[in-house]
Formats: sequence, C-alpha cells, structure tokens
Amino acid sequence: MATKASRSAARVMMAPAVILLLGWMLVPLTMTLWFSFRKYLPLRGGDLGWAGFDNYTRFVTSSAFWPSIQATLIIVGAVLLITVCLGVVLAMLLDQPMWGQGVVRILVIAPFFVMPTVSALVWKNIFMDPTNGLFAHLWKFFGADPVSWLSQASLPSIILIVSWQWLPFATLILLTAIQSLDSEQLEAAEMDGAPHLKRFWFIILPHLARAITIVVLIQTIFLLSIFAEIFVTTGGAFGSKTLTYLIFQRVLESQNVGLGSAGGVYAIILANIVAIFLMRIVGKNLDA
Amino acid sequence: MARSVTSQRKAINTAVAWAVGLLIFFPILWTILTSFKTEAQAINDPPLFLFFDWTLENYTVVQERSNYMRFLWNSVFIAGGSTILGVMIAIPAAWSMAFVPSKRTKDILLWMLSTKMLPAVGVLYPIYLIFIQFGLLDSRLGLVIVLMLINLPIIVWMLYTYFREIPGEILEAARMDGATLREEILYVLTPMAIPGIASTLLLNFILAWNEAFWTLNLTAAKAAPLTAFIASYSSPEGLFYAKLSAASTMAIAPILVLGWFSQKQLVRGLTFGAVK
Amino acid sequence: MSLRNAFRAATAVTLITAGGAFADTITIATVNNGDMIRMQGLTDDFTAKTGHNVEWVTLEENVLRQRVTTDITTKGGSFDIMTIGMYETPIWGANGWLVPLDNLSAEYDVDDILPAMAGGLSHDGTLYAAPFYGESSMIMYRTDLMEAAGMDMPKAPTWEFIAKAAAAMTDRDNEINGICLRGKAGWGEGGAFITAMSNSFGARWFDMDWNAQFDTQPWADTLNFFKGMMDASGPAGYATNGFNENLSLFNQGKCGMWIDATVAASFVTGKDSTVADHVGFALAPDTGLGKRSNWLWAWALAIPAGTQKQDAALQFIEWSTSKDYIELVASKEGWANVPPGARTSLYENPNYQAVPFAQMTLDSILSADPNNSTVEPSPYVGVQFAAIPEFAGIATDVSQEFSAAYAGQQTVEEALAKAQALTNDAMEAAGYK
Repeated sequence: MATKASRSAARVMMAPAVILLLGWMLVPLTMTLWFSFRKYLPLRGGDLGWAGFDNYTRFVTSSAFWPSIQATLIIVGAVLLITVCLGVVLAMLLDQPMWGQGVVRILVIAPFFVMPTVSALVWKNIFMDPTNGLFAHLWKFFGADPVSWLSQASLPSIILIVSWQWLPFATLILLTAIQSLDSEQLEAAEMDGAPHLKRFWFIILPHLARAITIVVLIQTIFLLSIFAEIFVTTGGAFGSKTLTYLIFQRVLESQNVGLGSAGGVYAIILANIVAIFLMRIVGKNLDA
Repeated sequence: MARSVTSQRKAINTAVAWAVGLLIFFPILWTILTSFKTEAQAINDPPLFLFFDWTLENYTVVQERSNYMRFLWNSVFIAGGSTILGVMIAIPAAWSMAFVPSKRTKDILLWMLSTKMLPAVGVLYPIYLIFIQFGLLDSRLGLVIVLMLINLPIIVWMLYTYFREIPGEILEAARMDGATLREEILYVLTPMAIPGIASTLLLNFILAWNEAFWTLNLTAAKAAPLTAFIASYSSPEGLFYAKLSAASTMAIAPILVLGWFSQKQLVRGLTFGAVK
Repeated sequence: MSLRNAFRAATAVTLITAGGAFADTITIATVNNGDMIRMQGLTDDFTAKTGHNVEWVTLEENVLRQRVTTDITTKGGSFDIMTIGMYETPIWGANGWLVPLDNLSAEYDVDDILPAMAGGLSHDGTLYAAPFYGESSMIMYRTDLMEAAGMDMPKAPTWEFIAKAAAAMTDRDNEINGICLRGKAGWGEGGAFITAMSNSFGARWFDMDWNAQFDTQPWADTLNFFKGMMDASGPAGYATNGFNENLSLFNQGKCGMWIDATVAASFVTGKDSTVADHVGFALAPDTGLGKRSNWLWAWALAIPAGTQKQDAALQFIEWSTSKDYIELVASKEGWANVPPGARTSLYENPNYQAVPFAQMTLDSILSADPNNSTVEPSPYVGVQFAAIPEFAGIATDVSQEFSAAYAGQQTVEEALAKAQALTNDAMEAAGYK
C-alpha cells in the first residue's frame, strides 16, 4: 500500500517530530559534551579552559561513582520487580467479579496522580518520621522500637515510595491486557480441570508477556532519572545516591559544571546500555 | 460469556480487593485527613483518625500565604499547552509510522524514546543558558515547549500503537474517494482514534502536571506552577504536618479529580499496544 | 467608560503621590522561614509607602539555594532581590555579581548593623547584603528536667558537662532524650553543627596550605564524642534530624537540651511549644581550648547586578531591614518575634532586653569570630563553613559520610578517611594544589 507518493508524504509528516526531538537531543547533548571537556566552574568565573579527559577520569575515580551505579541499578531493578509482580496480582484481583469494582479501581490508581515531590514529602514526614510518623506509632503500638527508615533502611524506603507511585501504572496496563484475554479459553481450561497455578503459568502469563515488556520499558525510562524522591528524603545520604543525584551534586552543589557534564555523558552511556539490554531481552515482544 | 460465580466467592473478592485498594489509597487519605487537623493534632500520640476537631484553618493559612489560583492556572496552562501541542505534532508522525512503515520505523521510535533518558540535571546549565538567550525564563511558553519535548516520544509511541490497530483499508478507501491527506487524517483517522487520543492526552497531562525538575528550575514568580507552590511548604520552621498536608491536598486535588472522572478513558486507552 | 477612565486617573494619581516615582514590581526569592513569611505578610506596608509591588518566590532552603545560584552564575536575571547567607555573600560580592550597598540612606543608619554581621556580609570592606536577621547558636535546655537531674547549668558549660547532663536527663521510658543535635547530611545542617563543634575541639577543615585535616586527632575526638553522646542520650534516628526535626522534638518536650540556632529561642518559648515556661539558655559548650562551638550566620537580602529595578529593590531592602520594620513587627506580634541579631539598637532597646533570650543571643553572636574561628590557624573565613566556592559541595559530601557513621553504617574512622580523601580530591580539582 505504500506508494512512492505516500512515502514522501510520510517523511514530511514525520519531520516536525523528528527535527524537534533531534534538536532537543543534539543541542543540549553537544553543549554537555563541550562542557565535559572544559574546566567550567561558574563560581570561579565560568569557563576556565580546556580540561582534556580530566573530568571523565575524576568522575569515575571518585569514591561515590560505583556505589551510585549500584544504587541506581538496585532501585530500578527492585521497583520493576515489585511493580510487575504486585501489578500482575492486583490486575488479576481487579479482574474478578466484585461489588464496587469502579471504586476500587479508583483507589488503586490514585497514587499515580500524586506529584513525586508531594508523595516523597508525605511519606518522609507523615509516615517514616521516627518520632511523629505513623509507622513509628504503629511500631510502638506493637511494642517495637521505631525504625529510622530513611537512615537505617534508606534504599528500601525509597524503593517503597517509588513502587507505590508506579504500581498503579503497571496495574492499569496489565489489567487492560488481562481483560482482553479470551475468557472462553480460560473456561475451557477450567473445565479440563487445569489447576489454578497451571492456568496462570501457561495461559495468563504468556498472554501478559507483551504488557509486562511495555511496563518494564516505560518504567525504566522514568526510573533511571528519579530525582525528587531522593532530593526530598535522604538528600543522597546513607547510600541512596543514584547516578542522577551524583550529577546533580556535582553540577549544583559543587558548582562544577564540567565534572557534572562528564557525569551526564556517563549517564547517557548507562541509559543506552540499559536500553540495548532491554531491547535484546524484551524487544522481540514489541514486534507486531 | 460472563463467568458464573457464587456470591460467596464474589464477597471474598470484594473484601480482599477493597482491603488492598484502601491500603494503597491510605497515604492519600491520611494526608487529606491531616489537612483538616490542627498542627498539634497532626502529631498527636496516638494518631487521631476521624475523631478530632475538623478545621479549615490550614487551608486559610495556605490561601493567605500564596496565590493558589495563579499556581493552579500556570499548572493547567503548562500541562494542557504542552500536551495539546505535543499531540498536534505527534499525530502526523504517528500516522507515517503506522501506515507507511519502513525498515527504520522501529529504530526511529526507539531513538525517540532514548532521548527521554537524557538526565535532566546534566543539561540544566545548557538549557538555562538557552532560555536566557531566548528570553524564555519564567515564561509559560518556555515550559510548554520543554515539557512538550520531554513527553513527545511517549505521545508518538502511544498514538502509533493506536493507529496501528486501525485497518489501513479504511484510510485507503477514503483516499480512493478523493480525500486529501489532510482530510484523511482529520476526518477519517482522528475520529476513529478518539479513545486513543483521549487517553494519550490524559496520560501526558498527568506526566506534565507532575514534572518537578524543569518546572521548578526554569520559573520564578510569573510562570511557577504547583510544584513550586509545594516547595514553599516543605520543611519550614516549626510544626508543619497539617499545613503541608493542606498544600499537598490542594496540589494534587485537581489532577486526582480529573483522573477519577476520566479513569474509564484512561484505562481503555492505556495499552501502549500491549494488547493485540 | 468615563467612570473607568476617572478610576484609572485616580489610581495613577494615588500611585504617583504614594511612590513619588512610577511603580515597579520586584521579584524576591526567599526562604520559607518564619520571619520571612511574616515579612511576606507585611508587604502591604511597603507597597503603601513606596508604591512598588512585590512578587514573592518562597522556597524551601535547598531549592532556594539551587535556584538562586543557577540564576546568578548564568546572569539569568529572574530575581531583583535574593535571600542569601553569609556563605554566599562574600563569594558573590567578590565576583561582582551583587550590587554594592554603599549608598544607603542616612536614616537607615548602616552603622547600626552589628559589626559581626556587617563583616560577614562584606567583601573588601564593602557591604553586599543587608542582614534581615542574624544568628549564632546556643544551648536551649529544660530548666525543670535539669533540676530534676539535680544539676545546674553554668552560663558557659563544657562539652564534658553537657554529656554528663544529657545522660542524667535521659529517660527512655518517658521518651525524653537528654540531648538533641543535628545529624542530618547537608553542609547547612549537620555539616554546620559538626564544623562549629569541631572548632571547640581544636580541629579545622584545612591547614594553611589547603590540605584537608580529617586525619588529625581533633576531628576523631569531635566525631567520637558526638556519636558517643548521641548514641547514649540522643533521639532515635538522629542521623536524619536537622533544625526542624529537633525543633519539633524540643517543642513536644522530648529533648532535655538542644544546641542550635539562636533564632529557635523565640519558637521554643512561643505558642507552639509545650515547654515554653521551662526553657533556659546558655552559651554553646567548649573544651577549654579557647574556642566555643557556636556559629555565626545571617540571612540577608542582596540585589543581583544587572537588575533593571535596582532603585525599587534598594527601597525594599531599606524597608525590610530597617529599625522601623522591627518596630512594625513588634507592634503586631510582640517584641519576642522581631527579626533578631541584625542591629545593635535592638539590643539597647529596653523592650527587647526584657525578652528572656535577648542577652544570651547577643553574647553568642559576639563570641563568634569568622576571621579567627579555629584554635590552630586556618586560611579560610567562616565559623561553620569556609567561604570558598567549593565548600558547599565538599561539605555536603563530607557530612553525608558523617551521617552514615552516626547511623552506624560505617565507623567514625572510615567516615573520616573517606572525608579526607574526597576533600583533597575536590580541592585538587579546584586547583588549590
């Protein structure tokens, strides 16, 4: 159906989006690359000349670098695991017949509408505060010592907050997928006497593969750059410093734009590695 | 079609689902409740659930201190503007990808998504300098452009997946009847893809509404949206749980209400092509 | 139509007579502390006097810093007045980014500003920011608990006494912690506290050649003492407590002692405090080496160079940091709530001298000297910070290592070793070595 005319039309139609994104990518990218080779210290008078690969070596040799990569991967991995697993369970639950299904669905998707800053503030102060937080009261009620969540369990706390925010998204997509599952097929399996676990493993899960792929892909893109949740809660302390946060510290707190830009280049590389990895593993599912 | 279930099983389902739903919703519920307490009640030991003196004091204080309506309007303008602009640019691109696919279509799509991985903090200085050059600092227009660019890949991808579900023959038939490309997209494709477009608009409105890095760093007084409003209530001196809760409730309420009213559309369209 | 025109004309006349010049709208970036929020509420008085309008950008401290620093270094021009501190002012002033405040009016009486504050907000003798309020740090303690413990707080205690008193006052069953101190990461939070404390233990950040000094004994002593005392008598999770967390603990009656900013005195004796009637004050402790562990800080208003509305901005600064403004707040909120620590005349005012914490605040401010803050000589200016551009970044990293040690995730020795390495590395990157 693709005629020559429609091909050229297609190119024209695609042009605005492609050109805009190309500009959005190339202009800052070029500037980041340029800065990363400069000794650029705004508080010392700005651009102080060529720095070679100094910024790059300094960024990776800093003691904070590898822990930050580790923290990034742990947070992204754990949140993905939690949201996908709980998302499947929740989606299957919401798919069951029940009273007030619409209301329950509203309750479940609500966290997705909350700004990251707000949810981080609320969790940090109203729930996780070791003195006045609700968790502290709960712990005391059961006779346990309150936990200082953000210092003693900083990564799990952040993972909890972020998972809470993204669980609705995963649930929604998985729910749409489950609803499209042919119920006759399930009924047939039920009549054959296939046990629940088998039905789940051989019918439901393969059907969800594509949806899970989408969830993983989209969430990874957003999770790699989470910032507000860390800025508000731990400020990067207690081993919760991700690569994004480390770059923020270099650029804004240390006011070393050159060093931060080098970090930015590393972050882009990491993002691309993750992307390629994702495509290899799950990319097949994306094909029609 | 409907699977028959005993009402006993339905009751169990209902109980479990409601329990889980309330658990997930609880942080928001608690924030809303706290916003109606006094500061002292907010940290009362043991915590007060429903039986406290409900007060609107916090809302009055927040309203007196900041011009909520202006922050709200800025949020609506920026989130709405960037979403609509994004969809207008994305529809033609998604049309090309869906109906005139080439070998590179998938590559272009993935490349577009990869631009979202650029860490925002790393490019703050470059973007800030560009904004100064073009006089876009603290302007709603500037933020509309930036947020549109940030969300464009997602918009293109979502629309692409909806468009692909529409049989190409219908478009071809329209073309045979002498419809121009513009007419084909405007009068044939768009009406058929309304559910998809609606959920794309909704999702991206939410994403733009909640974006907190650029909206905070590129604004001062005139264009500051609700994310900046919240930044003036986080950890001030003294007791602040109740006021923080009131401000939080005010910041999330509009989007929460919108989300609830339109959740059917959102759910229906939120597939990203996950369902065949 | 004619009615509307008449109205317009009337408004214009009012504005001209009120302002004497045409009205500007200035944009002010400020921090969301209580005194600033009060100032925001009193803006109408300024508008009535000058005809200028004010747009407020009120942000939490960390966000504010990030915002104004980006704007000033790129000459973004988003703000006509920025609220900055003693750390930023000399650095920005030296870079020529701020408008010198050298032509303030006679009735403003610039010489009335406390010399310690004026000194910390100047570069090469030129004032670059006007102090809105100034602070040092001091001990705030519960007189009732102190009495119950059978102890007497001296006017100028030692750290040894504080640790002993803290242990005596601690009552875990009743949720009373002997002492609450900042352990939160961040150079302006726990970083500021531990640096001021280290001064009294004879430690310093850098020697005269800008070598980091975390491998020296005084730093090990400081950190071990702090952690030992806090583990024994401090609140749970003190590694994440900053000013605000401690304030709310103290106000709820959960702290025996709290060593922090002098401005907190009006909060702990104010209406939100459940212990307002039992608060005493004392100078921050020492170890007998000649330096006390109190800091010096001011939140000040500065005008970024290049603003189009310099005159209106200057008028605002004169209004908000004037004697009249203090009178205005006193008339509305009482003398205990006026912005403290900026003007000599305030401390000579008998109305203010009656405020219980006034004298101790002044004594604390007067005993801090940014130019000579350490026992051994140091190359930097500043008590709880070193006024060099790199400090904020380094000190945040360092205080994160310290906080991790407070939380028990690493030992004090490990934290100090990491601090030493990262500080030297950053100083090398900045070209000091």
